[in-house]
Amino acid sequence: MTERFRAGWHVGRVASRRPEAASAVRLAIDVPTWPGNHAGSHLDIRLTAPDGYQASRSYSIASSGPTTQVVLAVDEVPSGEVSPYLVHDLREGDELEVHGPLGRYFVWTPDDADPAPVQLIAGGSGVVPLFAMASAREQELQGADFRLLYSVRTPDDVFFADGLAALAKTRVDIVYTRRSAAGAPRRPGRLTRESLAELTFPAEAVPRIFVCGPTPFVETVSGWLSELGHDPARIRAERFGGSG
Amino acid sequence: MAIINRGFGGRRGTSDPRLPPGQTLVDDWPVLTAGPTPDISTDEWSFTITTEAGVQHRWDWTTLHDAGAEDIVTDIHCVTHWSRLGMSWRGVSVDRLFEDVETSCDFVMVRTHDGYTTNVPLDDLLEGQAWIATEADGEPLTAEHGGPARLLVPHLYFWKSAKWVAEMRMMPTDEPGFWEQNGYHLRGDPWREERYW
Repeated sequence: MTERFRAGWHVGRVASRRPEAASAVRLAIDVPTWPGNHAGSHLDIRLTAPDGYQASRSYSIASSGPTTQVVLAVDEVPSGEVSPYLVHDLREGDELEVHGPLGRYFVWTPDDADPAPVQLIAGGSGVVPLFAMASAREQELQGADFRLLYSVRTPDDVFFADGLAALAKTRVDIVYTRRSAAGAPRRPGRLTRESLAELTFPAEAVPRIFVCGPTPFVETVSGWLSELGHDPARIRAERFGGSG
Repeated sequence: MAIINRGFGGRRGTSDPRLPPGQTLVDDWPVLTAGPTPDISTDEWSFTITTEAGVQHRWDWTTLHDAGAEDIVTDIHCVTHWSRLGMSWRGVSVDRLFEDVETSCDFVMVRTHDGYTTNVPLDDLLEGQAWIATEADGEPLTAEHGGPARLLVPHLYFWKSAKWVAEMRMMPTDEPGFWEQNGYHLRGDPWREERYW
């Protein structure tokens, strides 16, 4: 990794917000002092109540590169205290404190010398950092072959639907677990080891693999990947589980 | 900075003086690991302390337990902002494992069976502050939580409590481990919010 984006505290201002799938919001936040970030990294948001009470949560960043606008897609954890505020209460023009960029392991950088293909595997809102990686790859003329396998409940739950459809350098396969899109090639149902094998680079291609999603999803998928012959050292995982 | 988020705070979590700044109480036990969960049997598990002279002190599953396990009740704090309070553990004090170790080094590189590393000052591992833990919540430690055995250093952020712990290698100077090279703090005191650097 040639470049290092140093983490620090910043004040951001919500530039825009729009619904992102059924239970989530996409936030574009202007952070004038943001140093930029690698695709796949995350940040902390710290909210402060009028009486001084604070709460912090980590969110993956959907954008990357040397930009001062950071894009997030925040899924509401109904029992949580931060994500419901971000999804329902935060308004355009509001300020908020962010700390980042954070994480230099679950990232992909365009100057990466590894020519092996890159397999991205997302469960639900785990698509956010992987979308950042696919988008970063899209900016490059040459580079590794990319595939994204995205497991999601229904078509209404898909994040970045337009952005995913526009990707020309990443092959995207979406597996719907509860309800399929009209004309989808397969019936709704959970990912299986067989469908995983069918929709991802084979072990012989020695891909680097990034898996992100809820803990049970990541545990299951990474176990299958090992059974399919992938070297565990080639698999990078990011799990989330819900304090929201 | 004094940014006030209007309307925030109506659904706040439990506040407790045992919670360090920026932490939220959880009842479940989230899993954070950089890669797949390795499957390590108690037969193949071992733990080694390697000194600067190259002397190795090694324990297998049986001899670890022979060293004497004890019950621990402690709070744990993850850098991703969750904490659990009053959690039950069982493990062998690192003090016992260092009884016969001769070293003049002040720092330790902790290595795991799946190849990850984290650095910890020796002073943070002795005097009843750290254990090789084999049980949590009254059950054998599951693989996803680092079983069969993980390091437990509860007064530091929990990434220091390396899962699938395999080795402690003495170092004369503090060198960043895997997590620390990837942006996490060299020491990781939750009360000082030493999360990142």
